[in-house]
Amino acid sequence: MIDTACSLLGCGIDPHVELPQEDYEGPPPRWCPGCGDHGVLAATQRLLHDERLAPERTVFVSGIGCSSRFPHHIRTYGFHGIHGRALPIATGVKLMRPDLAVFAVMGDGDCTSIGAGHWVHAVRYNLDMVALMLDNNIYGLTKNQTSPTTPQGHPSNTQPRGSWLPALNPLSVTLGITNASFVAQTADWVPGHVYATLQAAFRHPGFAFVRILQRCPKWTPGVFRAPAQQMALTEILVHEDGVVEPEVEQYYKTHVAHDPSDLDHARHLAEESDKVRIGLFYKNAANARYEETRRVPVHTAEDKIRLLEAEFDRHAV
Amino acid sequence: MPTHVSAPTGPAEAGHDTGRIPLHGLVELAEHTLEVVSDAGEGAQKCGQGFGALSARMGNGSWTVEIIPAEIQPPPRTPGSASGVRIRIGTREVTNWGDAAGLVIAFNEQVLLSRHRLDALADDAVILLEKRWGESDDPAVLAEWKAALEELSSKPYRIVLVPLEEQTLTVVDNPLHGKNMFALGVLCRIYDRDLDRAREQILRQFKKKSRDVQQANVRLLELGASWAKENLDFQIRVPPGPEKGPMVVMNGNEAVGMGAIASGMELCAMYPITPATSVSHYLGDVFERFGGIVHQAEDEIAAAGVAVGASFAGKVAFTVTSGPGLALKTEFLGLAVMTETPLVVVDVQRGGPSTGLPTKVEQADLLAVLFGQPGDAPKVVLAPATIEECFHCMITARRLAEALRAVVVVLTDANLATGVTPFPRPVPQPDWQATAPDGAPVAQGGKPYQWDPETGLSTRFVPGQPGGMFTATGLCHDEKSAVTYAPHVHQKGCTMRSRKLAALQSTLQPPDVVGPDSGDLLVVGWGSTKGAIEEACERARAEGLSVSSTHLTFLSPLQPGLRAIFERFRRVMTVEINYSDRVGDPFITSENRRMGQLAWLLRAQLLVDVDCWTRVMGEPLRPGQILAGIRAKFGKGADS
Ligand SMILES: Cc1ncc(C[n+]2csc(CCOP(=O)(O)OP(=O)(O)O)c2C)c(N)n1
Ligand code: SF4
Ligand SMILES: [Mg+2]
Repeated sequence: MIDTACSLLGCGIDPHVELPQEDYEGPPPRWCPGCGDHGVLAATQRLLHDERLAPERTVFVSGIGCSSRFPHHIRTYGFHGIHGRALPIATGVKLMRPDLAVFAVMGDGDCTSIGAGHWVHAVRYNLDMVALMLDNNIYGLTKNQTSPTTPQGHPSNTQPRGSWLPALNPLSVTLGITNASFVAQTADWVPGHVYATLQAAFRHPGFAFVRILQRCPKWTPGVFRAPAQQMALTEILVHEDGVVEPEVEQYYKTHVAHDPSDLDHARHLAEESDKVRIGLFYKNAANARYEETRRVPVHTAEDKIRLLEAEFDRHAV
Repeated sequence: MPTHVSAPTGPAEAGHDTGRIPLHGLVELAEHTLEVVSDAGEGAQKCGQGFGALSARMGNGSWTVEIIPAEIQPPPRTPGSASGVRIRIGTREVTNWGDAAGLVIAFNEQVLLSRHRLDALADDAVILLEKRWGESDDPAVLAEWKAALEELSSKPYRIVLVPLEEQTLTVVDNPLHGKNMFALGVLCRIYDRDLDRAREQILRQFKKKSRDVQQANVRLLELGASWAKENLDFQIRVPPGPEKGPMVVMNGNEAVGMGAIASGMELCAMYPITPATSVSHYLGDVFERFGGIVHQAEDEIAAAGVAVGASFAGKVAFTVTSGPGLALKTEFLGLAVMTETPLVVVDVQRGGPSTGLPTKVEQADLLAVLFGQPGDAPKVVLAPATIEECFHCMITARRLAEALRAVVVVLTDANLATGVTPFPRPVPQPDWQATAPDGAPVAQGGKPYQWDPETGLSTRFVPGQPGGMFTATGLCHDEKSAVTYAPHVHQKGCTMRSRKLAALQSTLQPPDVVGPDSGDLLVVGWGSTKGAIEEACERARAEGLSVSSTHLTFLSPLQPGLRAIFERFRRVMTVEINYSDRVGDPFITSENRRMGQLAWLLRAQLLVDVDCWTRVMGEPLRPGQILAGIRAKFGKGADS
């Protein structure tokens, strides 16, 4: 494993990096106008700047989908992978290079359908990284097919008479996985909250899972219309250890007090309600992180040869 | 004196390598094959492996293969329970498991039957058989015994009854833990093995056990040897070869693991699958001491993904699997090819399709590896032919993956994975090892795919390098890794990725021809069959047939000069462990005949009329079987 000096300074944070925000911006995205991905991208670029992340020691990994174009628009290292497999790639990056800041960006199809197995296990591995799931309740890139999070009854090209099944609840699933470390939900129509959530996720030492409710004006214009238009329908989880954004809390007056160390209450809040709940559902920084559990001493080539000779002795004729 | 159940009669049919063993006196043989079989859990494997290792230590060539029951806990005293080891020893190097065993020591008659039914025993084999079952009070056991001996009497085996358990019980209370060491003692006497070395080996083997256990096992060894001295009147000597310098002994999966360590790779991502898993068992035990880790992923797709991500961010990583796992990794292999992320994949092949023969050997993933990914996905494919090459191939694979920014697949198989043989002790070199990416800034204007227009090679940028930021993508991209579907860009990318293979080929050597440089028949092989093929060809030449052989280490790119070699022979034929239709079978014509996998490849690539002889019996090829195939091509005798 590579163990560069910068790991002593924390995850990719280099106190000397003072770059203008534009320096984190790659070629402009070509998402549809009004697509929620734009706002998330902007908040992310701002986060990188504010947290003074060294672009060369930051890696964005993604799968395939509209949302998975993300890394192309950020000027760090990136790996635009294959559908559903962002998390294994990100796991490999972080295992090999604990010194890098790693972000995985996925769509709802990516994360909760084709990549569902990796999602469960990545939560359990608990590597220190941020995992963003941009949930537009639909397959966007491939033009309007039902996703596991599509609301029951919502028509798509593959299920024109409406989705047959009740929608999967990604928060409940994540909160049910052993070793869950950080589980939050935010919504693209509350930009300040998106930013504050990303920041809390990034600063959390462990696997930070953030579901971002993302509007897709192209295929699911209706699914988040009500909460996006009526502030009362977006409920904010408030707590001093949660996502704290006073301005948002001022405008959005529907609050629910929730201590993010309370897993039972978090699971209760994650259940369906008539409101959209955003905020930090659960946080536990005490869980062992896989890249630390698996950290091994660094050896020079000479060390290894010496050890290898001992290994040959064991197998000597 | 032991009871001789069947008289030593019948012609000594030419099991070439066994030679008829007389039951009286000393016979000296250049090489010899024996087996130890028991019910699963009775320790025949420990006995056989111990005998193999001891023989290697005494300067013999040796090759051992495990006889593995299909189930974890098969019912005892059934043919399905047969577990053990075949050991072939020789004065010269032994390169394969041989044909049939000339001697077998069996812990019951049922496991013996299984070997008989598999044609594993020479017609005149000497069988040392546990006698207690024939004296059983249980009528059912007695009936099974009688039926088995009846079935065995179809061959002129010489059966010698041995009081394995009775003797063992004089030393320990539980014969399950001890019969095997008594058997080892018997073998030590028969084969004139050095008892001091055997004692030393047992003490090492039971290092972690109590002193009592160690002493009991040593006493059993001695008891077996003295029992054999008093009761058996024959001995077999296979003289050691000339002094060979320092040697190591291991199986192919351990060799792969050690090769990976020697190559400097530090991350093995895998999901358990037979017969590949034991690479991770070995590495799981030692890798961390070398600064490496084995990551057991949630499935093979994830294992490939983790390896790709790790390689992208640092030193080349590798993944180890077998056929079904390879199928799952397919999409990631394509991604690694497209993004030019170095990656080493070890495929320990087994019988397919589907779950097929999960513990048995086949060489049937070649075409899947070459062509299994959608689109054009050129990659390097290497096939070690020996256990020693399993070690060295890993070093080559790591280097090539790095130098070419390519996927390198190493195709081994169950035969190499479980075979154990001594080979010259490698001398590890510092430059075998990967160096850590240096983190140096990328010069202004540097591009992540700055392809050399001649060779297609480019320099990889690794996270940490200032100025090198780019997004690797499986989408069609240009030199800057910018996604574009503009005309010519995909054409260019495909050309560059493909060109790397041609550039590599220009540095390779043609394969050696073993035997005369020209003649009637050239046998072409790849992978683990080398030893058996060369032995078969040598025997064919001794019979006056004009046969040579050549063996390919590189399957992609193919080694240069093949067509020129092939043109010097009247016929060219591959010998492989994969399926091909047989000429003469119903409906099979020269136009629809499905060929062995290397034969397909050579025909397509070289426009040479390559024939093939293949078998999928779930076992390594036997030299005698190949020889029969060769003879048949010359119209001499029936094919096997
Ligand atoms: C193995 C594989 N299967 C299917 C696809 C086709 N595909 C691409 S993206 C996608 C779904 C995208 O939906 P989502 O993950 O929700 O992302 P979004 O586009 O909505 O952001 C599918 C099915 C693919 N690229 N690869
Ligand atoms: S289809 Fe939907 S998700 Fe995709 S870019 Fe357009 S609005 Fe965004
Ligand atoms: Mg989606």
